[in-house]
Amino acid sequence: MTTEHTHILDAKIPDGPLEDKWTKRKFDVKLVNPSNRRKYDIIVVGTGLAGAGSAAALGELGYNVKAFTYNDSSRRAHSIAAQGGINATKNYPNDNDSVFRLFYDTVKGGDYRSREANVYRLAEVSDAIIDQTVAQGAPYGREYGGMLDNRSFGGAQVSRTFYARGQTGQQLLLTAYQALARQVGLGTVELFTRTEMVELVMKDGRAVGIVTRDLVTGEIESHSAHAVVLATGGYSNAYFLSTNAMNCNGTAVWRAHRKGALFANPSFTQIHPTCIPASDEHQSKLTLMSESLRNDGRIWVSKTPNDDRAANDIPEDERDYYLERQYPAFGNLVPRDVASRAAMRMVEDDKGVGPLKNGVYLDFADAISRLGRQVIEDRYGNLFEMYERITDENPYEVPMRIYPAPHYTMGGLWVDYNLETTIPGLFASGEANFSDHGANRLGASALMQGVADGYFVLPATISGYLANWLNVAPVPTDDEAFVETEQAVQDQIEKLLSINGTHSVDYFHRRLGKIMIAKCGMSRDREGLEWALEEIPKIKAEFWSDVKILGTNESLNQSLERAGRVVDFFELAELMVRDALQREESCGGHYRVEHQTEDGEAKRDDDNFAYVSAWEWRGEDSPPTLHKEELEFEYVALTQRSYK
Amino acid sequence: MTTKTRRLEVNRRSGWRSWLGPFFTSDIGMKWMMALTGAGLLAYVLVHMIGNMKIYLGAEDLDHYAEALKTLLYPIVPETGVLWLFRFGLLAMFGVHIWSAAVLTLRNRAARGKIRYEAKRQYSAVNYANRTMRWGGVIILLFVIFHIGDLTTGTFNSEFVSGSVYNNVIYSFERWYVALFYVAAQIALAFHIYHGAWSVFQSLGLSNPRYNDWRRWFAVAFALAILIGNSSIPIAVQFGLFTVSG
Amino acid sequence: MNITLRVWRQAGPDVEGGFETYEAKDISPEASFFEMLDEVNEMLNDEGVEPIAFDSDCREGICGTCGVMVDGHPHGPQSATASCQLHMRKFSDGDTITIEPWRAVAFPVLRDLIVDRQPFDEIIQAGGFISANIGAAPDSNIILVPKPAAESSMDAASCIGCAACVAACPNSAANLFTGAKIAHLNLLPQGSPERYHRTVAMVETMESFFGSCTNFGECEMACPKSISIDVIAWMNRDYVAAQWKNFRKQGQQ
Repeated sequence: MTTEHTHILDAKIPDGPLEDKWTKRKFDVKLVNPSNRRKYDIIVVGTGLAGAGSAAALGELGYNVKAFTYNDSSRRAHSIAAQGGINATKNYPNDNDSVFRLFYDTVKGGDYRSREANVYRLAEVSDAIIDQTVAQGAPYGREYGGMLDNRSFGGAQVSRTFYARGQTGQQLLLTAYQALARQVGLGTVELFTRTEMVELVMKDGRAVGIVTRDLVTGEIESHSAHAVVLATGGYSNAYFLSTNAMNCNGTAVWRAHRKGALFANPSFTQIHPTCIPASDEHQSKLTLMSESLRNDGRIWVSKTPNDDRAANDIPEDERDYYLERQYPAFGNLVPRDVASRAAMRMVEDDKGVGPLKNGVYLDFADAISRLGRQVIEDRYGNLFEMYERITDENPYEVPMRIYPAPHYTMGGLWVDYNLETTIPGLFASGEANFSDHGANRLGASALMQGVADGYFVLPATISGYLANWLNVAPVPTDDEAFVETEQAVQDQIEKLLSINGTHSVDYFHRRLGKIMIAKCGMSRDREGLEWALEEIPKIKAEFWSDVKILGTNESLNQSLERAGRVVDFFELAELMVRDALQREESCGGHYRVEHQTEDGEAKRDDDNFAYVSAWEWRGEDSPPTLHKEELEFEYVALTQRSYK
Repeated sequence: MTTKTRRLEVNRRSGWRSWLGPFFTSDIGMKWMMALTGAGLLAYVLVHMIGNMKIYLGAEDLDHYAEALKTLLYPIVPETGVLWLFRFGLLAMFGVHIWSAAVLTLRNRAARGKIRYEAKRQYSAVNYANRTMRWGGVIILLFVIFHIGDLTTGTFNSEFVSGSVYNNVIYSFERWYVALFYVAAQIALAFHIYHGAWSVFQSLGLSNPRYNDWRRWFAVAFALAILIGNSSIPIAVQFGLFTVSG
Repeated sequence: MNITLRVWRQAGPDVEGGFETYEAKDISPEASFFEMLDEVNEMLNDEGVEPIAFDSDCREGICGTCGVMVDGHPHGPQSATASCQLHMRKFSDGDTITIEPWRAVAFPVLRDLIVDRQPFDEIIQAGGFISANIGAAPDSNIILVPKPAAESSMDAASCIGCAACVAACPNSAANLFTGAKIAHLNLLPQGSPERYHRTVAMVETMESFFGSCTNFGECEMACPKSISIDVIAWMNRDYVAAQWKNFRKQGQQ
């Protein structure tokens, strides 16, 4: 299983000092002359922050762009649901922030499993993100003097987070959406809505286009281009219950993986600590509430297991404020992975709260008596309303109940410093790639990466590939490569529709999700992972013989859409498990029970596992091959994370 | 999905409309004109109501007031010159107001289409006043026509004597069905004003969160003033408060 | 709880539709409205009836994908709440619920409860942006924005583009949607260079698809983000000003 071909993983990191690498790359990359750019076609799949950002930026540069989204508008992408904010190193609050500090915090927060050069670049362009989005009309929170306001977020020791109430993701996505809309209006970008990419098309070892399905008419269509950009987000929906949108899926990246793109760190998934616990068996998704709630809320459970008293009936001295107890320095503000695992342990110890005993309390009583209800309402009013709508409980009077839920996937397609995958001509940006967050993502960093990749990195690096293809027309869509791929897509659809078994697509997806959250979720062990590895192919086989999908391909058919996505989730989930199994250490969101310190914290093994695991597809019947990209840390000393 | 766009088949810019310019043929422009003429008509209704109150001062005052209107600015302009100017102005305002309403109604019907909601729409902001703007407007128009025929030309009033405004009013309102119709029309007018006097700020773009509540009270007060002021006269006549003079 | 559903079913954009009645049995009051529909769909799928198609994505009330008419209420009877955030505890056991798609000529039904809201994108494409090329931005604190302006702008910017305003409007007008975007951008100093051009372009695109405003305020009540109809008044004002300014420029626009 561990055949190593490290030579194929060239990250193409520029030489020289860390702070000069990005400048150097922008200088030494081949350029495309402005008058030649219109000769290039580029496909961008996904129109969230990274996708809409790339499409708009490339359109502004003068390339011909085709952008695809399965949504009815590019304003719907799930970037919109990010609440808390976006980090940047402006240092407006004068509290010693710097590019290096953000870089350092992000590498440390990622538990030393990310690439130094990439992370430094992310921190470096973060200021430009704020400048750009302000100019595009993002209504960030401001001080009375008219200047931008900052807040501290996710346990950072500096206030570097810019925010637009609890809707920062919405406002940033809207700026990207509007920039894209402007390019559509100008004719540089052609936008295909309700159109899903179902396959990548390769010819002579490079990406030359995609095959799509029109979700309204069912039409299978080919699109060719000089380069393909995947900005299709993460794959948390492999868990079925996650905070991702209902339609988020891994099909685009998985299809690319099957065509030869290596998949990096698939087991690095993030479980977000402050979500609303599931209320019953039929729950369709979980709802996240901003981590900022932990700034003022205190997390506790009863000291007595199986305590059936209502929260307000439990006296103060019978409450266990376990985060404050275990981590006195950071208290309720420990990083996400630590907070999530602590909550999980409480529930495992029968101290869970709520009707299903599946949560912990997040209590604002202290904050309300200290600051007054009005202050709390100003800070979290919209979150409290949302909580009340969902649970019918008033968090001003009764403590909130929270529980961790799958939320973000740090893993993704392996990309080099230029965001190019191992398939020439195929790029990945945003959550779809693996590059910046290592084993754990810090709060307010996802938006940062989406905009950085979309607006600033990809448009700068893609010319290096495109320059090689000047005056070469894209492969025509009647080429054999396209025709064969279209046929394969048609075949899979027909096969799915012809099974006519007994259970719906969701039935199988839910079963997959249960295995994944139990065995490959917040904590993992060898036994469970090996069991999952046997179990997943069984469900997959059962799916292929017993799924029941009604209707036809030639109409709007949501069951068929989901089926195509779940097919890929089975294989992706299997790879997640495999990756978790081979990584015999605990780091960030990946917690192997066998590898913990005496007090139950994640224990890294830097000598043996300071690498990126990049998996190569070997066909459905043979296990994938693991490649390793060794990580080198020149600027950050590897230490054990401690938040005590 | 590549969609074909379904623009409404309302031609705004071509033919005879084009000389009006894009503003006055746009929905917002027409609504603006409607608001502006509505504001003018509101002012007129208010002045008219205040003038009506002269009836409580007696025949001499009212008849003198009517005469004064005819000789406004005389002899600088010919007798009844200003009056006719007002009349044409009013007619133009009426015309534009009604024309805009008719055009916008047709456009809105086209935008809404034929398929309606099956379940009864549970409106939360729509009320009797704003829902009846169109039919209420028609009632007001019919009333105005009758009112002119009744008290200006005397066509519908067999005992009409030009210049004897006080007597004409009493002769007319002594008929119970006329009094009833007047009061009914004033109620329709009050509803129209209740929505219109609030709406005018919105259409002209003069809304501001600071005085939005005040706008609502303004509309209520305006509507009530017109309703009480104007209706009091036929009611008073029915109760025999006034007697024919001279 | 047990619920009877009357649901609009329509196989495609060009075919006739009609209402079908389904029984939703043993629904948890804790379930969301769409989780109830998910369960009904499971049941239909088992019975060999094609599931009800409806749009829904984030289920957190922020993406704006969802939107159905529930018993004559856009997004259902709970105010300031998108369909996906509606919960079954707002209904009673034995209720009959009628579910319909948004109705407007500009929004043809694609299937069942799904409509095509493409015209909203076209309104934004006409001018719902600030032309700030990527890379060209000045430092973010160079242009100061008074806090009240930033807050009002944010109020308007919270629009999720769900189209409940159009669905609620007896005239199928999109003034609240368009006004909100115009207010968001026109209130900011960064948006002011294009203020008048933007207003005219967006209004004209809007009017080519939708009806006009009769100041009912029904849209405000239906809006899941409670955006005030003040934004419509401001749009009216800016549109008048814009036409006047363009007129003065003698054809420069």
